[in-house]
Amino acid sequence: MSTSILARNASKEFTMRYHRTIKQITIAAMRRQQISDTFLAVNDVSFEIEAGESVGLMGLNGSGKSTLLKLISGVMRPDSGEVLTRGRIAGLIATGAGFHPQLTGRDNVFLNAAILGMSEAETKRKFDQIVEFADIGKFLETPVGHYSSGMFSRLGFAVAVHTDCDIFLVDEVLAVGDRPFKKKCMARMEEVRAAGQTMLYVSHAAGSVRKMCNRVLVLEKGVLGFDGDVDEGIRYLKYEDDKDDEVNSEEMEEDSDDELGADV
Amino acid sequence: MTAPSERPPVTEDEAAPVSMDGAAPVATKEPGPESPRATALADQPLVSPFDSAGLVEVFRRRYLLKLLVQKEVQSRYQGSLLGVLWSYVQPLVRFCMYFFVIGLVFGLHKSVPNFAIHMFAALAGVHFFTETFSSGTRSIVRNKAIVRKMPMPREMFPVASVIVSAVNSFPQLLILFVGAVAVGWRPEWQGIAAGLLGFAVLTVLGTALALLFSAMNVFFKDFQNIVATFQLFTHWIVPMIYPFAKLATSSLGHSYFYYLYMSNPLTVGVLLIQRCFWVPTIPACPSQYTCLPNGDPSQLGYPDLPHHLFALGFLMLAISTVILVMCQRAFSRLEGKFAERL
Repeated sequence: MSTSILARNASKEFTMRYHRTIKQITIAAMRRQQISDTFLAVNDVSFEIEAGESVGLMGLNGSGKSTLLKLISGVMRPDSGEVLTRGRIAGLIATGAGFHPQLTGRDNVFLNAAILGMSEAETKRKFDQIVEFADIGKFLETPVGHYSSGMFSRLGFAVAVHTDCDIFLVDEVLAVGDRPFKKKCMARMEEVRAAGQTMLYVSHAAGSVRKMCNRVLVLEKGVLGFDGDVDEGIRYLKYEDDKDDEVNSEEMEEDSDDELGADV
Repeated sequence: MTAPSERPPVTEDEAAPVSMDGAAPVATKEPGPESPRATALADQPLVSPFDSAGLVEVFRRRYLLKLLVQKEVQSRYQGSLLGVLWSYVQPLVRFCMYFFVIGLVFGLHKSVPNFAIHMFAALAGVHFFTETFSSGTRSIVRNKAIVRKMPMPREMFPVASVIVSAVNSFPQLLILFVGAVAVGWRPEWQGIAAGLLGFAVLTVLGTALALLFSAMNVFFKDFQNIVATFQLFTHWIVPMIYPFAKLATSSLGHSYFYYLYMSNPLTVGVLLIQRCFWVPTIPACPSQYTCLPNGDPSQLGYPDLPHHLFALGFLMLAISTVILVMCQRAFSRLEGKFAERL
């Protein structure tokens, strides 16, 4: 079976700048204060995901999950090491990010689909499905700037979900949208999985990860701490929590009963 | 994206998945080899998802480029009553101002035939260039919502703003054309070739600078102010409100300043556009001022136009292309940090 996503010693370094103008920088330099600081958001991460696998990516806030996802989706380039993928990538990441508030819903669907790599014919073919999934009715012809936040993200979702892809990335997106919509999304993710597409699912909700994935990666402060079985991974994550976070993990447990997995 | 990149496909057995706690690799539900998706996928190479094919990729995805240009054109004047007419107002006002002050007060109408055409031809070229340069510089920062979140060739945005500027400049060219015909412009091959060459120089140079400055503007917003400052000069460093002959016959015409002046691709571009629209409208000799020998536009020479104007034009096009390649390289080096710096 072929490799779908391959990360080899991938690292991404972020620079924090404390001062913005030349004046501030000069003063800081004279006082021998630190002008900038760097940290590794993703630190020497290596893994290999086979085509058709469903992998959950877990970790506490700030552990580098989103950065890793950006390296895989191609928004960011690793500073060292490499991240390689095979085939078209799409997914529920940054849905609606490409929407232009002054354009109508219809125009935005076409623009967003084009950014995701769809051709004009492909978009036209899927247009009715997309509109049906988004369920925004007559608002399709009004500028998306006037949409409610729910409608906005539903439309973004609808486009993303209908992109043909080989790798499907999902980033803590289920926090938006009402219950029927979440159900629809989960159903769609099941479809993606059943079709043999590779899925990488970022979530804090243990329940939905358990349901959707057959492997878990856990990031800890940018380092890959665990790679393996789902249940073990979830246990591993909790084991690492200290006393304060115990509360959170209990909340997560509650969420996991609710299988739709609202993200905390 | 499925774009092929320069990286060679990597042998997959080198990658060692990190397995802590002795976790065994999990058996996965794999689709059988007969699955069409799996077979189609196997043909595709393992590539870096970070798109860095540059301008080539932009033109491969023309459909997206078209939509981005449409978006820009539509959104620029949305919610305004005059709409797209605003793109005429500014150059028209500027034109009128120069027309009265330079033409009437300084009396260039008397010494330069069809001075209005002379000026408007230059203005159309300069306006296209500055519009490209300034909107291109801001293009990536303006679209940061997309650049930060969605993978796509980031060169799309500066290139789209070059095309939008061309679209916005078109009405000016139309006005210029109508005006030139009214004062006796007749089509002539050399002139049309000069016009095309002139706009080619301005487009290539404008694209190059838009690329470079859009990337640098991500890191320091100072660059959009630098560009705005530079624009203060553009109307003065090209033969627009004064004829080229005035400079060539002045004391500066015999100094190094002249060569410096002529090494500006913008100047050469503007002169080529004037060769296209203004020169053919000059009256035939004998006339009391600048005139065309035998009424033939191709016989007008120094000091009304520089020596070897066409050779100079092609040289500038070549230089601009080299600059474009260099700016593209710089862009590719900088774009890796766009997502985090925006």
